[in-house]
Amino acid sequence: MTTLTELPKPTTRPPVRRTKPTTLSKWRRRFPLLPALIFTIVVTQLPFVATLVISTFQWNILRPDERRFTGLSNYTLVFTDDRLRHAVLNTGVLTASVVVLSVLLGLGLALLLDRRFRGRGLARTLLIAPFLVMPVAAALLWKHAIYNPDYGLLNGTLNAVYRLFGADNGPTVDWISTFPMPALVIALVWQWTPFMMLILLAGLQAQPGDVLEAARVDGASAVQTFRHITLPHLRQYIELGIVLGSIFVVQTFDAVFTITQGGPGSQTTNLPYEIYLTMFRKFEYGQAAAAGVVVVIGSIVIATFALRVVASLFREETSR
Amino acid sequence: MRSTRYALIAGAAATALLATSCSGAGAGGSSAGGDSINVLMVGNPQMEDIAKLTKDSFTKDTGIKVNFTVLPENELRDKVTQDIATQAGQYDVATIGAYEVPIWEKNGWLTELGSYADKDKNFDKADLLKPMVQSLSGSDGKLYGLPFYGESSFLMYRKDVFAEKGLTMPERPTWQQVADLAAKADGAQPGMKGICLRGLPGWGELGAPLTSMVNTFGGTWFTKDWKAQVNTGGFKDATKFYVDLVRKHGEAGAPQAGFTECLNGMSQGKVAMWYDATSAAGSLEDPKSSKAAGKIGYAYAPTMKTDSSGWLWAWAWAMPKTTKKADAASKFMLWASSKEYEQLVGEKLGWPRVPAGKRASTYEIPAYKKASASFGDITLKSIQQADPANPGTQPRPTVGIQFVAIPEFQDLGTKVTQEISAAIAGKTSVDKALNDGQKLAEDVAKNYK
Repeated sequence: MTTLTELPKPTTRPPVRRTKPTTLSKWRRRFPLLPALIFTIVVTQLPFVATLVISTFQWNILRPDERRFTGLSNYTLVFTDDRLRHAVLNTGVLTASVVVLSVLLGLGLALLLDRRFRGRGLARTLLIAPFLVMPVAAALLWKHAIYNPDYGLLNGTLNAVYRLFGADNGPTVDWISTFPMPALVIALVWQWTPFMMLILLAGLQAQPGDVLEAARVDGASAVQTFRHITLPHLRQYIELGIVLGSIFVVQTFDAVFTITQGGPGSQTTNLPYEIYLTMFRKFEYGQAAAAGVVVVIGSIVIATFALRVVASLFREETSR
Repeated sequence: MRSTRYALIAGAAATALLATSCSGAGAGGSSAGGDSINVLMVGNPQMEDIAKLTKDSFTKDTGIKVNFTVLPENELRDKVTQDIATQAGQYDVATIGAYEVPIWEKNGWLTELGSYADKDKNFDKADLLKPMVQSLSGSDGKLYGLPFYGESSFLMYRKDVFAEKGLTMPERPTWQQVADLAAKADGAQPGMKGICLRGLPGWGELGAPLTSMVNTFGGTWFTKDWKAQVNTGGFKDATKFYVDLVRKHGEAGAPQAGFTECLNGMSQGKVAMWYDATSAAGSLEDPKSSKAAGKIGYAYAPTMKTDSSGWLWAWAWAMPKTTKKADAASKFMLWASSKEYEQLVGEKLGWPRVPAGKRASTYEIPAYKKASASFGDITLKSIQQADPANPGTQPRPTVGIQFVAIPEFQDLGTKVTQEISAAIAGKTSVDKALNDGQKLAEDVAKNYK
């Protein structure tokens, strides 16, 4: 921000209607919209207010007689609890790696699909397919059809390869227990790459052809064109992908619940799953609500910062 | 641009409202019907059987339609606790176990069922096994759950594999003998592991076999005066033994394996031994679902410092106080727990599948005796010798063998078994898991001192 200097007063006013609308006429115009506004506030904000209220109670549904107001003690617990801190870390790792990997993969696929080739329509449809599978179904597919140590595809392939070389059986790798976080990340990247690809493909196809042609005429190599023209052009599409992706992936529950149940131990327990445990295993409504509030505030703060970082990175890039 | 956004939001909100009001109306409509009840139950084979059989016999005879919701054990508990504790009243009947009955009765959530059972002459309440009645009674001594099937635990092993390898299983093995046998049976057939033990987190999953093992190693969750004992003595010895055994000779994918996974493993010939619920035998001896049918031998639950160590569990029908269809619900529960229903299963689906372990008379039906020749007797004896009040080597603060009957145990048991499951996966050490568990247990104990 620069210091504010007084703006020179305009000497002539623009030719607009001078009379200010009266309060009454303003309200007359707003009135028809009010029910919709009130309705929106009721359905979007009241639940949050209710959550705020609940978060100040000690409320365990298994002990119905002991519900009482405890002020902010639930929040103290949220900030001092080891498991929650661990869950915050896991959420960060999971979200960041899924978003970064799927943006990179999505970019690669989008670049390939941007070229003309026979069967492009079919390839595009097939590539989008993972995004259309329901999250729970996708998670079950990965858990059973791919990772399962007994009958999963990965170990089946390993066995087949070992048999080619004359061994009886390959090693039995328990993928989910041995690599819990990568197992989750891969399944989620599989699901989210098409989403990123779609956004970036839209960006690529919105690229003006004359600029690219001018670059070619000027003798820029393909890499140079990509780095100095295409990438800056894609900036806002990448930003959009990162923001939307982060918002959705932070909330990942299906995959964690289905594939690892947050385990082994609490190695893949993210915030939504930890809150689920607090709510449905511990039945501590107050604590779960407090954790939920902290998550909402935390994600708003982080999303804002992430956006700024991304924006400034690109600004440096283009100004160079 | 802005106005379209608001229009979209308003539209979405209106749709959401419509959807909720519709579902509200739907729920109200069905409760007015009176001749249909909603039943929530755990997804064990015995429950799947009743879901199949109800329409053609119970509904046909009484005109009462039964809507079943079937969930895995862990999710069932989430749902049923929610529904009953918040008085949502979505279900008229739910399967709950020996752990929930006394706690929920104290909260005033359950309808007393003994009087319904007394009124029904055919039901024969006196026939129910005593440990079952005890574990399903409230503090007033009245019955709050009707047992559907009861179980203890025992050791199952492949007789053919043992014969081939020249191994013998004692009638009452010790855990040390079991570990030695597991080492020898490991790899007896291609891809076969020595033993299946649950590794899936959950107080009712990994928690059950582990706690019954802790008891016989001389450990306990809490002493009589509420001192947490999770990282010392018998608890530690047992957990080390358990984790070590599963890691060395246990099933593939152990940290994700619960009752269902082990049942699959045993019936598909992937493991040579399995320590788990006696109720598993019914499915294992059914040639339609099990490749190992007829090849399995049964031994008493392995011991260490106690004479016996089998657990005691009952899946029982309970009626939340919120139900408006007590009459129809009670008819269903009495039918599902009756001798008549056992006959029906025996004739329609085969005698090994009878939901046993709750009635003395079941073990006198000639057809069942024949079908359960290999496991019926040992099941009954295991149930009878289980002592929920005194299952270990030291006095306890609550009644229960493979659980501590306090509301906090769902959470405590889940979190501690999560850590132990991580130790089975090799992601943490048993010492660290138990030290963390001790802290959680100490927090819980504070409420009771």
